[in-house]
Amino acid sequence: MLDALGLDDIEQLYAEIPAGLRLDHRLDLPEPLLAEADLERHMSTILSQGAHLRPRLSFLGAGTFPHAVPAVVDEIIGRSEFLTAYAGLPYEDHGRFQALFEFQSLMAELVEMDVVTVPTYDGFQAAATALSMTTRITSRREVVIASTVDPDKRSKIIDYLGPQVVAVDVQSHDANGLADLETLREVLTERSSAVYLETPSFHGALEPCIEDVAEVAHAVGALLVVGIDPISLGVVQPPAALGADITCGDVQSLGAHQWFGGAHGGFIAVHDEPRFVLELPSRVFGLAATSVEGEYGFGDVAFERTSFARREEGKEWVGTAAALWGIAAAVYLSLMGPRGMEELGETILARTHYAMRRIASVPHLRVLHETTPHFREFVVEVSDSCGKAAEIVSAMREVGIEPGVPIGSNRVLVCVTEVHSQADIDELAGEFTRAVRG
Amino acid sequence: MSLPVRPKPPLRRFHQARWDEPIVFELDTPGERGLHVSRPEQGLSAVVGDVVGSLPAGVRRTTPPALPEIAQMRVLRHFLHLSQETLGADMNVDVGQGTCTMKYSPKVNDRVIRESGLVDLHPLVRPEAAEGVLDILWRLGRVITEISGMDAVTLQPAAGSAAIWTNVAMIRAYHRERGEGDTRDEIITTSFSHPSNAACAKTAGCTVITLPPDSTGYPDIELLRAAVSPRTAALLITNPEDTGIFNPRIVEFVDIVHAVGGLTAYDQANANGILGITRARDAGFDMCHFNLHKTFSTPHACGGPAAGVCAVTTELAPFLPTPVVARDGDRVYFDHDRPQSIGKVSPFYGVIPNLVRAHAWITSLGADGLRMVAETAVLNNNYLMQRILGIEGASAPYAPGRRRLEQVRYSWEELTDKSGVTSDEIGVRASDFGVHYWTSHHPHVVPEPFTLEPTESYSMAELDEYADILAEVAREALSEPEFVRHAPYRQTIHQIEDHDFDDPRRWATTWRAYRRKYLGS
Repeated sequence: MLDALGLDDIEQLYAEIPAGLRLDHRLDLPEPLLAEADLERHMSTILSQGAHLRPRLSFLGAGTFPHAVPAVVDEIIGRSEFLTAYAGLPYEDHGRFQALFEFQSLMAELVEMDVVTVPTYDGFQAAATALSMTTRITSRREVVIASTVDPDKRSKIIDYLGPQVVAVDVQSHDANGLADLETLREVLTERSSAVYLETPSFHGALEPCIEDVAEVAHAVGALLVVGIDPISLGVVQPPAALGADITCGDVQSLGAHQWFGGAHGGFIAVHDEPRFVLELPSRVFGLAATSVEGEYGFGDVAFERTSFARREEGKEWVGTAAALWGIAAAVYLSLMGPRGMEELGETILARTHYAMRRIASVPHLRVLHETTPHFREFVVEVSDSCGKAAEIVSAMREVGIEPGVPIGSNRVLVCVTEVHSQADIDELAGEFTRAVRG
Repeated sequence: MSLPVRPKPPLRRFHQARWDEPIVFELDTPGERGLHVSRPEQGLSAVVGDVVGSLPAGVRRTTPPALPEIAQMRVLRHFLHLSQETLGADMNVDVGQGTCTMKYSPKVNDRVIRESGLVDLHPLVRPEAAEGVLDILWRLGRVITEISGMDAVTLQPAAGSAAIWTNVAMIRAYHRERGEGDTRDEIITTSFSHPSNAACAKTAGCTVITLPPDSTGYPDIELLRAAVSPRTAALLITNPEDTGIFNPRIVEFVDIVHAVGGLTAYDQANANGILGITRARDAGFDMCHFNLHKTFSTPHACGGPAAGVCAVTTELAPFLPTPVVARDGDRVYFDHDRPQSIGKVSPFYGVIPNLVRAHAWITSLGADGLRMVAETAVLNNNYLMQRILGIEGASAPYAPGRRRLEQVRYSWEELTDKSGVTSDEIGVRASDFGVHYWTSHHPHVVPEPFTLEPTESYSMAELDEYADILAEVAREALSEPEFVRHAPYRQTIHQIEDHDFDDPRRWATTWRAYRRKYLGS
């Protein structure tokens, strides 16, 4: 190739870089492992450090969840075409466009809204963008957070909205862990752009008063943004049916393994109204006809609203995000169908409530907000006489169980899904009993 | 005909898979299902009773979701068809998606992550159980600091634009800390930097000043001088830019901004040609970011998951997202004690599968390997450029007589003037041969653009194959323009009628919206 270019030395191709900017030494990196087998062994040796300490039974949740991933999902997202495609046209990448259109469409049936974005980075981003959208739609600068939200997610929301937007927190009711409607009413003003609600909450509580919250928000001209987990929507009412203006969440539960917290995708859903659609930053794929009858084509809806089209004049920004997790979710929902989602929801509810009951009967333990229906998570409070939650967790780790995430000094957030059997839950209760005694 | 088989013609008689695949909802067959799910045990149900029935009215779903009912094998086949109808980088000489750095994503790295036990590891397990992945994250961070010359890193951003946002958020925090948060509200960038530089700056509340190229294709330094002021928060710049042109005055750009107290952030999406050759720190930058799905080989996955990493000087390290990966003797741990941190940009620690893949890729190459990557990418690009410029109607605006690095933004303007065929149309016809290209970000400063970036992954023969295809399509455009303009002919579908994407009354964003608007249901 140098010959073809009439050059003697590759250095000639770097002529534009001034000498003063040229690195004068070799990068100080470990010697390479050229042989594939050597590389695999090296990586495997490092990654397996600590493997013997991995739990045999885990009830950890708090944002990344242990759900069953169907084999067909892994098969499809492992396909080389889907794994390595990127930004081709709706011709040579027709399959990618259709798969993502189907993701949008399947999610739309779950959330009962006509417009769903191609995935954004994760549920944190989805919530942050949804709230940011409300500030633009209403031209107001105050958001009210009315649920118990993951502190990490809240941190992201605050950073993202920036110093110009005020976030007001309305604490949940001590008694039931749910939205405090009275205080919310007092706090909402014509400066409020949105109320942010989550169901289930960070503590797993299912919110029954979404319709009331919607009314209270709309009464002052604010919007209602509700964060959900789509895996619950086989049995839980979609917030759109209760007055939510924007639905958002994370799709990890729908077919993504946990990956040490590194496999998330977000979505935002709105009704098919331009004042909402035109504020979405992410791509939205739409259906089209082609020059041949019976063919489906696809393309970008309202592309001009994006930063791709108009740089800083677009809405927020759009870039590479989490498309393949969207395809995973599409496959997942296609496999599950309405009955699968309903049965799954029932299973999770049943196991969650069983776990709540079993643990509530353990001496020195109290289940927070026991009479509030929970989905997938709940909080266990350890009485002072038994030491700190962290100590209980440590003791249980010694026997190979992760009982949940310690929050505060005396609470543990316990996660139960369809992957936990009755026997697993009984074992958890048994080990809790031993740990608080000891 | 009998043996021997005649040699194949010079260009592939490619045809994309065409399955005439229905939309998944059209496969609905009431009563079918793809999966059974775990059910509550009898003993468990006896204890909890009718959990669904006892949900309060405002919680219980009243009508089932209208998801299709389809058997498992059929779902599998449907999505396999769609996968076949997608031109993955693995499938073609994917040198056309310029700026995307479509290099080979080694399959061994997919295996490394799957066999690691990471796949089902929860991020909040006891730290000792995560020792292995923490070790990898630490090592990756060290490598990134070495490659960039910076002092500290975050691996948390989910992708490139997320990393740009992270840098912008740190810039904002830095100035606020110094009491200048309100006064430093302008960010300067360039036309040929990724639009997310401008867009993230605006999202952070800044006014955006965009420097156009001067007549030679470099960002206009005089306009930079005029644009800086005590209001300047930062310069966000890519180098080389999307034109493939390295700005040799980059240090002056940095100095001009530093002189007014602004920060400088280097968008290193285009790092592939300069690994081990030149570093962000040596040009004086305060911060930079890399796209692991570009330079560092993680697969593009239809548009993510990806991964972005930011590297900063010691002065900016306190603002990094929380947690950072820290080391104390032999122990690697997540440090959450970061009072000046901007907080979270993503859940947990970053896109773990891609962080591990990237580390494996770097480990397979070492310093000399990375240098070879850069040099080969630049050599490949210059060879391809020579081939492309040999095509009638193609040109490479700017920097006449000067070398490009790892990519080139070309123009078909001459061809369009002669034939009326546009760059978009040429790209569509190219897909009939099993390749494609990307034109440019908007606005199209370069008219009728196409941007090619071969990377180090392709051989001379493959580059020739690609150039031969574009040469053929260009010839067709000159001799039979109408034929080219009605492409594609060998794709999954025919020409898309695109008038329904911008009208709110007509756009169909989901199947249910389509049914409502067009099928009366």
